[in-house]
Amino acid sequence: MIRVQNLVKTFGSFTAVNDVSFEVAEGEIFAFLGPNGAGKTTTIKMLTTLLQPTSGSITLDGLNPKTHHNQVRQRFGIVFQDPSLDGELTAWENMELHGVLYHVPSKIRRQRSEELLKRFELWDRKDEQAKKFSGGMKRRLEIARGFLHTPRILFLDEPTLGLDPQSRNQLWNHVKNVNETEKVTVFLTTHYMDEADRVAHRIGVIDHGKLIAQGTPREIKDSTGAETLEDAFLKLTGDSIRDESASSTDQLRQFAKMWQKGGR
Amino acid sequence: MSAIYILWWRELRRYSRSRAQMVVSLGQPLLYLLVLGSGFGHVFQRAGMGNYFQFISPGVIGMMVLFSSIFSGLGLLWDRQFGFLKETLVAPVSRLQIMIGRTLGGATVAVIQGLIVMILSVLFGFRPQNWLAIPAAIGFMVLIALCFAALGTAIGSGLQDMQGFQLIMNFLVMPIYFLSGAIFPLTNQGIVLSFITRLDPLSYGIDGMRNVLGAPNVAFNPVLDLVVLAAFGLVFILFGAWRFSKIEI
Repeated sequence: MIRVQNLVKTFGSFTAVNDVSFEVAEGEIFAFLGPNGAGKTTTIKMLTTLLQPTSGSITLDGLNPKTHHNQVRQRFGIVFQDPSLDGELTAWENMELHGVLYHVPSKIRRQRSEELLKRFELWDRKDEQAKKFSGGMKRRLEIARGFLHTPRILFLDEPTLGLDPQSRNQLWNHVKNVNETEKVTVFLTTHYMDEADRVAHRIGVIDHGKLIAQGTPREIKDSTGAETLEDAFLKLTGDSIRDESASSTDQLRQFAKMWQKGGR
Repeated sequence: MSAIYILWWRELRRYSRSRAQMVVSLGQPLLYLLVLGSGFGHVFQRAGMGNYFQFISPGVIGMMVLFSSIFSGLGLLWDRQFGFLKETLVAPVSRLQIMIGRTLGGATVAVIQGLIVMILSVLFGFRPQNWLAIPAAIGFMVLIALCFAALGTAIGSGLQDMQGFQLIMNFLVMPIYFLSGAIFPLTNQGIVLSFITRLDPLSYGIDGMRNVLGAPNVAFNPVLDLVVLAAFGLVFILFGAWRFSKIEI
C-alpha cells in the first residue's frame, strides 16, 4: 500500500530524512517511532504531498504523489500532530466542509457523517462548536473526519499527544476497530511505546533521519534483547535528550493560548 | 466549484458566529465618522470645502472595507496557527480554488461590514445625491474588498508570527488608509504627497464612491477610478494566488 524507496529530504545543509526505505502492506498498522527531530513528521509530510522529497520515490496505492497529486490525496486521511479543526464551526459543519472538499456526494456525506459521529461518540454534540470540545473529543472528531471520504490509508501523527489514558485507550480501540472493519491501512507515529506495542503490526524506528530498525514489536524486542519496547527503543536510539529549538510556530502557539484564555 | 463555495461559506459562517467581533470592529470607523466628522466640520466648511460629514462618510466606509478585507486575508495566519490551513492544503483541490474561495468569502464579509457603516452614516446624516447611486457605490466596495482581501492573502502566505502582523498593521494598513484621501481632500496637495496618494489603490476606491455618491472634493474621473482600481485588483489577485501556491507547512 505504501512503498518508500531511498527517500531523502534536506533543508539547506541539514538532512532531515536520509535514505529511508520501507513498505507497508494493505490493512497493516505500521508504527513509525523515533525521538524528537528524528524525521517522523517530515516523512509524513512527504507521504501526504505537503513536502516534496529531495530524492527517492514514494508510491501510495500504486500512485506517485508527485504526478497524481489529487488522486493520492483522495486516497488518504490524515490526523496531524496539532489540531486542524475549525474551532468556530460545529462538529457537523467540520464534517460537511471536509466532505465537500473531498468530493463526497451529499447523500453519502450525510449518511457517513452520521455513522462516523455515532461511532466516535460525538453524535449528541454534533451541533456544538469544535472549540468547546475536550482534547480527546477533538481528536476523535479529527479521526472521524479523516474517515469520511473512505480513505485507503490513514496517517496519524502523534494522535494521542496530551490525552488522558482513558481517551488514549478509547482512541486506539476506535482505530483498531476501523482498521478491521474498513480494511484501512494505518500509518502512525507516537512517543508512547506501550501504545505502539499494543496496536501496531509492524514498527519502524527512525533516528537522525535514518531508519535503524524494522519489524514486528516482537522482533524488535528480540533483536535488542530487551523486555519492553521502550527498553528496545532506548537501546536503539540512546538516551541523550534531543532538544529542538522552538520554531516560530511554537511561539505563536504559545501566544494563541494566552490570547484564548484572556479573550474567550 | 464546490470547494470555492464551501470555503466562501465558511468565511460567512465564521463571521455570523462572531457577533462580538462584528460590533467591536465598528468602533473605530464610528470614532472617525462621529469625532472627526463633527470636529473638523467647522474648519472644513469655512475653508470653502463643503460639508465634511458628506466628505468623510465614503472615506470611512472605504476604511471599514479595507480593514475587514485585509484582516480576512491575514486570517491565514490564524488558520496556519490553529492548523485548519493544513486540512485544506491536503485536500484533493487545487490551491487556486482554495485561495479564490477564501478571498471571495473575506471580500463578501468586508462588503457587508462596509454596508453596515454606510447605513450608520446615513442614520447620522449622510445623504447620497441620488439613492440610485448606492449600487454603483457597492460596486466600488466590492472592488476594494477583492483588492485587499487578495493583498492580505499574499502577505498572510508569508507571515509566520504575530510580530509580523503588527508590522503589517503599522507600516501597511494604516498608511494605506491615511494616504487614501479618506480624511482629507487629495486636491491641491504638494508634489510628494499627491504622488504617494496616487500609488494607493484605496484612493481610487474612495474617490470612486465619492464620485457616484456625489460627495464633495473628488480628485479623479470616475472611469479612471474604476479602471485603476480594477487593475490593482487583478494584479493583487494574481499575486495572492501565486504567493498562496508557494505556502509550505
